[in-house]
Amino acid sequence: MSSSKEALAHPASSADAAPGDQPGAAGRAHGRGTPPPGNSSWRSRLYRWDMKASPYAFIAPFFIVFGAFSLIPLLYTAWYSLHNVQLANLDGQTWTGLDNYQNLLSSDFFWNALWNTFTIGVISTVPQLVMAIGLAHMLNYKLRGSTVWRVVMLTPYATSVAAATLVFVLLYSWDGGMINWLLEFVGIDPVNWRESDWGSQFAVSSIVIWRWTGYNALIYLAAMQAIPADLYESAAIDGANRWQQFIHVTIPQLRPTILFTVVVSTIGATQLFGEPLLFGGVSGSKGGSEHQYQTLGLYMYDQGWIIGNLGKASAIAWSMFLILLIVAVIQLLISRRLRKSQ
Amino acid sequence: MRTSTRGFRRLMAFTAAAALTTGLLAGCAEDSDDGSGNEGGGNGGGGKTTLTVGTFGTFGYKQAGLYDEYMKLNPDVTIKENVTTRTDVYWPKVLTRLQAGAGADDIQAIEVMNITEAVETQGDKFVDLGKEVDKSQWLDWKNAQATTKDGKLIGLGTDVGPMAICYRKDLFEKAGLETDRTKLAAQWKGDWSKYVDLGKQYMKKAPDGTKFVDSASSVYNAALGGEPERYYQTDGTVTWDKSKSVKNAWDVAMDVATSDMSAKLKQFDKPWDQGYANGTFATVACPAWMIGYILEKSGDAGKGKWDVAAAPTAANWGGSFIGVPTSSKHQKEAIALAKWLTAPEQQAKVFAKQASFPSTPSAYSTLKPATATTEYFSNAPITEIFSASAETIPSQYFGIKDQAINTALTDVGILQVEQKGKSPDEGWDAASEEIKDVLGQ
Repeated sequence: MSSSKEALAHPASSADAAPGDQPGAAGRAHGRGTPPPGNSSWRSRLYRWDMKASPYAFIAPFFIVFGAFSLIPLLYTAWYSLHNVQLANLDGQTWTGLDNYQNLLSSDFFWNALWNTFTIGVISTVPQLVMAIGLAHMLNYKLRGSTVWRVVMLTPYATSVAAATLVFVLLYSWDGGMINWLLEFVGIDPVNWRESDWGSQFAVSSIVIWRWTGYNALIYLAAMQAIPADLYESAAIDGANRWQQFIHVTIPQLRPTILFTVVVSTIGATQLFGEPLLFGGVSGSKGGSEHQYQTLGLYMYDQGWIIGNLGKASAIAWSMFLILLIVAVIQLLISRRLRKSQ
Repeated sequence: MRTSTRGFRRLMAFTAAAALTTGLLAGCAEDSDDGSGNEGGGNGGGGKTTLTVGTFGTFGYKQAGLYDEYMKLNPDVTIKENVTTRTDVYWPKVLTRLQAGAGADDIQAIEVMNITEAVETQGDKFVDLGKEVDKSQWLDWKNAQATTKDGKLIGLGTDVGPMAICYRKDLFEKAGLETDRTKLAAQWKGDWSKYVDLGKQYMKKAPDGTKFVDSASSVYNAALGGEPERYYQTDGTVTWDKSKSVKNAWDVAMDVATSDMSAKLKQFDKPWDQGYANGTFATVACPAWMIGYILEKSGDAGKGKWDVAAAPTAANWGGSFIGVPTSSKHQKEAIALAKWLTAPEQQAKVFAKQASFPSTPSAYSTLKPATATTEYFSNAPITEIFSASAETIPSQYFGIKDQAINTALTDVGILQVEQKGKSPDEGWDAASEEIKDVLGQ
């Protein structure tokens, strides 16, 4: 599903590229001096063609790469999803129409994975963004060595999923893991983190929270620093304390940024894959013996690569894509509402 | 002046950040287990042929120095091994590369759980090795597993997994059990449920913090390996839910899962490794390849404490093949290397290194484990125990989705009973649902 990320990113980048390129191309065309007499009409036609085509040539590399690695696989996946395709027999496809989708809709495993994706998404995204705002607010004060703090914030993000998850697996280990050891210290029975229903979801979410909180905090911090200081000054003159300033100045000013992070986190949560897979260890694609933390991404991987039913896996991929589109539309409507109300 | 110090500070911070990040990234780079450079070889300088060998887990060829030896014997050949740690990552990759007709290694390893899928769906993607070797060198059932319907042999047998029980003598003694390997073997001979009974006895006086066995799944796999059939009939029909063999193994596993004798670990997981190191379980079902694993994970602390006894039934668990894809550009050289690697003498060398048990019976009389290994396992006659098992193993038929069905039974069904407190019936039903999904029913 990385293709959907690209698809969302593409209008933005092409919009950026087009106006930037045009003046450059035009400038070069003018700078060539006056055309010699004689074949002037041919020359001017060439210039005109140059001015029209060059911008497209400049943005072409992106679209070629996008086409080869995102668009074609995306369409090919759609084709696959309408066939019975087995990993061991890629050439022997048989047309099955919408059977794969029908199969999904009637499968408990699919709905379970969808629900897990949603709950893990909520458990990981909400605390993550709340904590990120808090951290950004603190970093926004004058601090000694502020750059160091900011770099420290970003280090979890720079760690690989695999390395981080392996450490968390050991922390959450049932027998002799540090977290159960701490729990025992305060008199709570050890939790079988990997097999308990909510415990496993919480554990997976905590890895996500650990990795992404700093990243979001830095985005909030950048936005906070763009808030004009006089807003705070006038609020202070009006007698607002720091908390009131935060609620009535900072948060409203951050609204577009918050919306952005919510969108990005939602996309990330829908595609959650690496953390639960590695958290599960051996046969991690099952997401626990009762699939208690099997996300849509894991279910797709399990169907496609472990069980070898690529047709059904493709159908899951497209379902995820459609779900993301629906989520995007909802978010668009909400942001429009917010803008109108302002 | 002010701005320049600020600029300098910023530069320093940036350098620090960059250094930190590269450090972290370098740390992560070590995790990737995918061998880089998977192009199917190519001629190096000076007319040298580069052969690539794709394996998973620890095949032991490199460890036993076989590649170096072969390169010395054949100076115009360079061998490169591409190792993927886990089979469930390795095999899908191989399947796609075989079908694409490009990217596969010159020699490709195949695990026994995948051999039927290879035989039935990829038969034409492998070179027929039957004409190249003397087939009678191998165990008959080993050859049969790698032979297509039209008689093509697509893989040469590497190791097999004859079963024994590895046990901690010191813990048995503390629990007041028999510690002599022949007497123990006699106590549980013929029936895995007798082994479970001994476990119940062990738990009555179990040393603090120890359990009898690592997991219910390992007992299941071991018990099933000694049954005449698995999940499929030889004609390819799925009969797992009616199979008496599966039911027998399942019942033994349920006995373990519903009692307190299991350490409830998942095999090949990090905590399982730690269990070896900390001595948290007293026995483990021990196919020959497990010997090397115990040596590595149990470490010096376990030296002289482990012992090996014959298993309740002669069973097989695991083992592999190596085949030569038709897409290889150096088929002749690859076939020669595959023949050499699987010859009895070389299999004996791998056994000496890590106790992977040969699939060629003529090697059995000459097998000598390393002295370090015998000492580690209390001078147990490892060769005799495994040979006796290997020669009486029932010939099992593996089906196309054998691995996926097995995972459903162990990692869904048994795990639910063992770790989530479900009843055996609930576990069986959950596994059934899972297998229906696997088979697309």
